[in-house]
Amino acid sequence: MAERAVAINRWPGAVAAALVAALVLGTLLAVVLRAEAGRGLGPAEWAAIRFTLVQAVLSAVISVALAIPVARALARRRFAGRGLLITLLGAPFILPVIVAVMGLIAVFGRSGLVNVALRWAGLAEISIYGLHGVVLAHVFFNLPLATRLILQGWQDIPAERFRLAAQLGFGPRDIFRTLERPMLARVLPGAGAVIFAICLSSFAVALTLGGGPRATTVELAIYQAFRFDFDLGRAALLASVQIALVGMAALIALRLSRRDTFGAGLDRPARRWDAQTATLRVTDTLWIALAALFLILPIALVLADGLPGLARLPSAVWRAAGVSLLVALGSTGLMLALALPMAVAAATGRGWLEAIGLLGIAASPLVIGTGLFIVIYPVADPVALALPVTGVVNAIMALPFALRILVPATRDVVQGYGRLSASLGLTGLLWLRLVLLPRIRRSLGFACGLTAAMSMGDLGVIALFADPETATLPLQMYRLMGAYRIEAAAGAAVLLLTLSFGLFWLMDKGGRGFADA
Amino acid sequence: MLTLDNLRIDQGDFHLAANLTVPTGARVAVIGPSGAGKSTLLSVIAGFFDPSGGRVLWNGADITDAAPGARPVAMLFQDNNLFPHLTVTQNVGLGLRPDLRLDAGDTRHVARALDRVGLTGMGARRPAALSGGQQSRVALARVLVQDRPLVLLDEPFAALGPALKREMLDLVAALLEGSGATLLMVSHDPADARRIAPHTVLVARGQALPPQDTATLLDNPPPALRAYLG
Repeated sequence: MAERAVAINRWPGAVAAALVAALVLGTLLAVVLRAEAGRGLGPAEWAAIRFTLVQAVLSAVISVALAIPVARALARRRFAGRGLLITLLGAPFILPVIVAVMGLIAVFGRSGLVNVALRWAGLAEISIYGLHGVVLAHVFFNLPLATRLILQGWQDIPAERFRLAAQLGFGPRDIFRTLERPMLARVLPGAGAVIFAICLSSFAVALTLGGGPRATTVELAIYQAFRFDFDLGRAALLASVQIALVGMAALIALRLSRRDTFGAGLDRPARRWDAQTATLRVTDTLWIALAALFLILPIALVLADGLPGLARLPSAVWRAAGVSLLVALGSTGLMLALALPMAVAAATGRGWLEAIGLLGIAASPLVIGTGLFIVIYPVADPVALALPVTGVVNAIMALPFALRILVPATRDVVQGYGRLSASLGLTGLLWLRLVLLPRIRRSLGFACGLTAAMSMGDLGVIALFADPETATLPLQMYRLMGAYRIEAAAGAAVLLLTLSFGLFWLMDKGGRGFADA
Repeated sequence: MLTLDNLRIDQGDFHLAANLTVPTGARVAVIGPSGAGKSTLLSVIAGFFDPSGGRVLWNGADITDAAPGARPVAMLFQDNNLFPHLTVTQNVGLGLRPDLRLDAGDTRHVARALDRVGLTGMGARRPAALSGGQQSRVALARVLVQDRPLVLLDEPFAALGPALKREMLDLVAALLEGSGATLLMVSHDPADARRIAPHTVLVARGQALPPQDTATLLDNPPPALRAYLG
C-alpha cells in the first residue's frame, strides 16, 4: 500500500534525537528546578532584562534599516567584486566574536581611528563601552545577515516584473511603490525578528563591551552570578528568565521568517532599466563602499596589529590554540555523529526529527552550560570537564545549521537513488559508505567547516567553566585583553582568525575536492 | 514463471488489479495509457511498493514481502540507473557484490560484460564521461552480471533518440537470448513492443490483462488501447 523507503535503520537517528532532546530539555529542567523563584527578581535582574531587550531591539532595527540601502544597491548594481562582497557577507557567521570586538575597538575604541580623528578635529570623543558599543558590535555582525536576507527578497522579485516596469516607463519611485515596498513589508519583519532573537542571547559581546549595572545582558548576569558570587540559585533563576525570553523570540522569528537559504543564487542581479541616474549611482556606490569599509576595516586592523607579534606569542597562547583545535575537532565529530543519523531518519520520512535539532536555537549556550553545571556538580568536578562540556555545547549549537544543510542533500540522494540502491541490495552501512557519504560529501564538508569554525571561535560556556589553568584560544585572548597585553592579544587574534577560517576552508574544500558528476 | 495472484494495488483514487502469469523466458511488453499503472505494476513486482492484496510469486514461491534486493529481479528505471560518483566498473560490479569487494575473478566478469555491451576498456570512466547511449550500456552490463531470472525495464531508454533506442532494444534482446531471462518492459511506443516483445500485457481501466500476442493485439486494438494509440 505504501512506498517503501531506503532499507536503512532509522533508530540511530531516533537515538541521536533523543540524546539531543534529553540534553537540551534536561538541562532546561535542571535550571528551572534549581531556580530560587521565591527570591523573585530584584532590581539588578530587571535592569538586565530591560537592557537585553533594549539592545536587541536597537540592534535589530539599526541592522535592518542600514541593510535596506545596502541590499538595494547590491540588487541593482553590477560591478567587479560583487560576488566576493556577497561571499564576504557570509563571513561574520564564522568570525570569532572576540576578534571582531578587538577590530571594532581598533576603529571606535579610545585610541581607535575614529577618536584620533575626533581629537584632531577638536570634537568630543566617543566611547565604545556600554549600550552603543554592544549595539555597534551587533550591527557589525548582523548587518551582513540582514543584507543577505533582504537581498534575497530583491532577487525573489522575478526579472520579468522589472522588464514590465521598464516597458511601462516606471521611475525608481514607481518601482519602489509597486515592487519593492510590498517585498520589504514581507521580508523585513522576519529579518528583524531573527536578529532580535540572535542578539537576545549575546554573551561574548556583552562580556567584552558591556558590563556594569547599566549594560549587562541576562546571559552576562548568569555568568556573573556564577563566577563572582557563585550563586547557583540566582544563576538558575536568570537562566529561567533567559529561557522564556529566547523561547518567545525564537517562536516569533520562526513565525515571521521564511525558510531562508544560505544565499543560493545571490550572484545574478536582475537587469534594471530604472535607477540609471547619476545621483542614484553615486548613492548606491557610497552605500556599498561604506558597508564594505565598516565590515573590512576592523578585521584589516586586527591583522595589521597582530601579524608583527605573531612570532613572539606567549606559549600559553599556543597551548590554548591546541586546546581549541581539539575542542573544535571533537565538536565537529560529535555534530556528525548526531546530525548524520538524524538527517537519514529525517530524509526517509521522520521529518519531525529535524525540529528536535532546532532545540539548540531555542536554548542559549549559557543556559545549557548552567544546567550542565547543576547536573554535573553533585557527581563530578565541572571545572575538570570544562573542555568536553564546551565541545558538547558547541556541537548542539551547530546542529540546527548542520541539519539544514544535510537533510535536503540526504533527501535528494534517497529520492534519486533509493530504488536503485534497494534493487542492488545496497542497504544499511553499505549504503551509507558507498552511496550516501560520497554523494553528500559537499554538504558534509560545508557543515563540518561551519561547526569547526563556530566552535573554534566560541567564547561562551568555556568562560563559565574554566579555571585559570584551562583556556581555549578565544578565552585566552579575552584574558590577554583584560590584562592590557594588547600586542599578545592582537597576535592571538590573528592566530584565532587564521585557525577559524582555515578550518572552514579546509573542510569545505575537502568536500568540494572530489571529482564528481 | 511469474505469477500475479489476485494482486490489488490501491493508491488514493488509483486502483489496479492483476491476475496473470508470465512464462519463464517470455519477453513481454507492458502497454497502456498514461497513468494506467504500468510503472506502478513494475514497482510492485520489484518490491518498491506494497500491494494492498494478493501475492507475487516466482516459480511458485511467494516473494510479496521480500526486500527488493532479495528478489529474483534486475530492474532499470527511467533515470538514475548509475551512481555518478562510481566508475563504470564499480557501477557494474555492484551487480555482483553490493559491497564492491571485487576479486580478480569478479573484475574479469565485469570486463567481459563490458565487452558484450561494446564498452571494452571504458571501466575506469565515470558516467559523466559517457554519452547517453553508453550510460545505458553500462546499466545493461550490470543487468547482465546480476544474472537474475526476471528483468524489468521501466522505459530506461526513453531519453534516447529513436535510432539509439532501437539499438538498445536489440542489445537487450541479444543479451536475454544468452541468459534465458524473462523480460517485462514498460513502453509508450507500440513499435518497441513489436520489435522485441512477442507478448504484451495491456494495462488499462484498472486491469492488467494476461499476456496476449503482440502483433494480434496491436493490429486489432480493443477500444481502450485504440483511444491511446490514436
